[in-house]
This record gives sequence, C-alpha cells and structure tokens, in this order.
Amino acid sequence: MAAVTGLERPLSPGPARPGRSRAWRAVVFALAGLYFLVPLGASLWYTIHTPTTGVSFAPYAELLTAEGFISSLALSLALALATIALVLLLTLPAMLAVRLFAPGLRPLMEVLCTLPLVVPPITFVAGLSTSLRVGADVLAPTPFWATLIAIQDPGFPVVLVLAYVVLVLPFVYRSLDAGLRTMDVRTLVEAGRNLGASWPQVLLRVVVPNLRSALASASFLTLALVFGEYTVSRLLGYQPFAVWIVTVSGSRGQLSVAVSILSLLLVWLLLLAVSTAFGREKK
Amino acid sequence: MRRPAGWLGALPLLVFYAFVFGIPLAALLAGAFTSRGEPTLANLRQSLEGGNLTAMIGSVQVSAVVALSGAVLGTFLAYAVVTSRSAALRGAVLTASGVLANFGGVPLAFFWVATLGNSGVVSGLLGLPSGSLYSFWGLVFVYLYFSVPLMVLVMAPALDGLRPQWREAAANSGATAWHYWRHVGLPVLTPALLGGVVLLFGAAFAAYATAAAMGAGTVVPLVTLKIANALTSDVLVGQENVALALSLDMIVIAGLVMAVYLPLQRRSTRWLR
Repeated sequence: MAAVTGLERPLSPGPARPGRSRAWRAVVFALAGLYFLVPLGASLWYTIHTPTTGVSFAPYAELLTAEGFISSLALSLALALATIALVLLLTLPAMLAVRLFAPGLRPLMEVLCTLPLVVPPITFVAGLSTSLRVGADVLAPTPFWATLIAIQDPGFPVVLVLAYVVLVLPFVYRSLDAGLRTMDVRTLVEAGRNLGASWPQVLLRVVVPNLRSALASASFLTLALVFGEYTVSRLLGYQPFAVWIVTVSGSRGQLSVAVSILSLLLVWLLLLAVSTAFGREKK
Repeated sequence: MRRPAGWLGALPLLVFYAFVFGIPLAALLAGAFTSRGEPTLANLRQSLEGGNLTAMIGSVQVSAVVALSGAVLGTFLAYAVVTSRSAALRGAVLTASGVLANFGGVPLAFFWVATLGNSGVVSGLLGLPSGSLYSFWGLVFVYLYFSVPLMVLVMAPALDGLRPQWREAAANSGATAWHYWRHVGLPVLTPALLGGVVLLFGAAFAAYATAAAMGAGTVVPLVTLKIANALTSDVLVGQENVALALSLDMIVIAGLVMAVYLPLQRRSTRWLR
C-alpha cells in the first residue's frame, strides 16, 4: 500500500531546455502512454464486448443485482468510516500532546508511526491471526474472551478496523505532521486557553479548523486504502469489497473487470478530492 | 505551558499501538522460535530451505528487477515531464502518477488479466502464447504499473531541484553534458534515486493481493503467497509457525532495505531546498 499522492506539490513549470531533446521526450511519452492507457482501454473493451453477443453494457447493469455486491460495498464503507474516526481520534490528540508538552517523545512517535511501513501487511496479519488464536485459548476462562469474540463478528469485524488503523498510521501521521507544520500550534492553543476556552473547545474550534485540509487528505487516503485492502481481510476470512471482487471473478470475469474499472475511478475521484483540499489551503 | 500531565494525550495511541501492533509482533516472534511449546530454531531453518527458500529468492528477484527497471523508467519519465514546457502535460502526468501509484492490489490484477491474460483483448491481437502473463516477466510487467508512477513521484521534485544555474556554471567552465551529469546531476540525484529504488523494492516485496488475484503463485513462487497458503490451508497442519518464521525473514529483509532508505531521505532533502 504505497500512498504518495504527489498532488501536494505546486505545479511550477520546469526549467526551460533547448528543443533538441524534444524527439526523445516524445518517444518517452508515447511509450508511457501506450503502457499506461492500453490496459485501461483493453479492460473497458473486455467488459463491454463478447464475441457472441457483441457490444453490451450488461456487466455494469448486472452489478447492482449481483449477489454480495451491495453488502460487501457497504461493509467496506463502514470499515473505512470507522477506521477514519478511530485513527484521527487516536493520532490527533497524541500529536498535539507531543508537540505541546513532550517534544522529547517526538522521535519515538515518528519511529512508531513509520514502523508499520517496514512490516509488510501479510506478516502483520500472520502475527495478528496467531495472537487471536492464542488469545482465545488464554482468555477462555476470563470475561475478556467475549470481547475477543465480539470484535471478530463477521457482521462488522472490529478487528479489521484495528488492523487498518495500524496500516494507515504512517500515512495519517505524515499528513497531519505536514498540516501541523504550517501553523503555530503553541501560540494558537495558548491564545485560546488565555481567552477562557476549555480544552475540547480549543481542539474543536481552533486546531481542527486550521487542520481541515490535512484532516481531509488523511481521511481520503484512508478511505482509498481501506477500500482496496485485500490482504488482511482475506487472511482473516472476511468479505469486504476487494475480497468480493476476487470471489466473483471465478465465475464472472467480466463483472470483476467492470468493478475494477469502477474502483479505479473511485481512487481517481478521492485523490482529486485530496488535491482540491490541498489547493484550498494554499490560497 | 504548565501542564505536567499533558503528554497523557499520547497515551491512548501508545496503548492502542502496544495492543494492536505490539502483541501481534510479539506473537510472531514467539511463534517463529517455538514449536509445540518448545523453543527451537527448526522453524527458521525450515523457512530457509526447499520451496520456502525458492519463494524467498523469487520474491527478492521480482522485487529487485521491478525496483531497478522501475527506477530507470520512472526517472526517464519524470525527466521528460520536468523538462516539458507544457504545464498541462506536467499536471496530467503527475496527477495520473498519484492515482496509479496508489492503484495496486486486486483491480490491477484484473486489468492485466483482461489485457494480456489468456483470453485477454491484447494478447489475442498480438497472438501471445498462453500463460505469458503468468510468468516472472509477466509479473514484473504488471508490478511496473504502480512502480513507475511511484518513481515519477519520487524523482519529479528531485529533478526540479536541479538548478539551471548549475548546468550553466558547468557549461561556462567548459563541461560537456556528460561531465555535467557525471559530476553534478547524478551526485545530487543519487540519494533520491536510491531512496526510490528502496521504496519500489519494498512495495513489490510486500505485494500480495495482485499476485494472489492473478493466480501467479503456481508459476512464480513468492514468499507472500507461501505465507498466505500456510496460514489458510487446513492440509498443512503445524505450518503456521513456519509461516511466522517466513514472516520474520521478510521483516528482516524489509527492515534492512528500509534502514538504507531513511538516512538517504534525510540527505536528499538537504540539497533539494
């Protein structure tokens, strides 16, 4: 899960160079265009054309009635929203507290929040499923056992939310860190406190409005990552959107490619939303 | 600000982290070094022999080839974009890179299956032999679809940081283009280049969803597929701890590679201001 959007950077025109290199540049762009656009076109054609029936948009119409489409989509959305809420609730107070009161903890925070990038998701899920299995044995005589079972409820697997928070932590941390750099947190908080605002008021009415675009970009990245997440949910045995696509691909190839096209569109829209969130900040 | 208990705001995150990230890692370590409750190195030994070793080597090979070729292709594309005079083209390529770099996983697999798979649209036109996509080079070709854009995102700011004055100064001192790149351009870009290679390697090394959705595991052995098989299979009883040992091997490799990346990132930001 690589999440570098590249949209944060200002689009300044590059240094002007003599035109003699125009030919090689055209070749580079042509090859890149071929490599990146052909699969898009071919996939679209694959979904709408069959040798027997010709061109038809049936796979897209079938989507809505396909078994499991709506429920897996709803599960993914709910997981994404819960992940966004939890990750922001955990990281924002922590980052503020470290900035304001414990600057010495900052390197630790940075290491902790980067570590999930080093640990491949599949190894994390290997450890997670082991600890769930062992935990069920160890906790069986205690009341915690019921909690452990409850978070694995297939209707809404809280355990996936917990795992996703860990996976998106590096991206959310970087995004919020960049946002906090652009404002003078200490002065703003002190001013708010001196004017008699309570801590929740300072947080909600001073800090959050100033961080709007960083929060938005963190949320959209989380949404995009959770939406496409396959490894953890598949290995823990749940069926959100990405797992459903693979399940359905066995019997209905066209349908799975159609859904893939739609999910590319979705990622595109989300990243556009991120870039507009950043664009607003610059004004 | 006098508020001695202020750092308590960080406590929920730290507690959460210890539970949700710390416990699984501890379980992974403990499991990798035990078998039926007895401490042992047998799991690690097993994770580095036979089919497991082949899978590990396969993963490293795919990732290395993807990282190196993706780095070269991505750098050329980034250079073409950065030196292009059209701001619209630049904006379009960078936006598209942002989307495609984040577009891995399952949908990517189905795009390529529809394009170059056995009943794919383009493979029919080209008359590709059946199974071309499900090979080492097929997998590399697919992984480049997110690796090249990722490299473009890494290199575009670095290339932007090459000041035209440096080139002019070099030219005025009688340097040829080769001299300029050899003594100025490449040394300044090296940290970003290496950082990009590491990032690409890490992304390809950890990738599981794409390979699994393509069903590439039968032809190209990958360690991620091995781990998944051992975890989900009912047939291979007692393989869980070998899967944990394999996971540990993966983390060590990814950690070593990342350890190269972090200091480099700091060095490259120094020059590109």
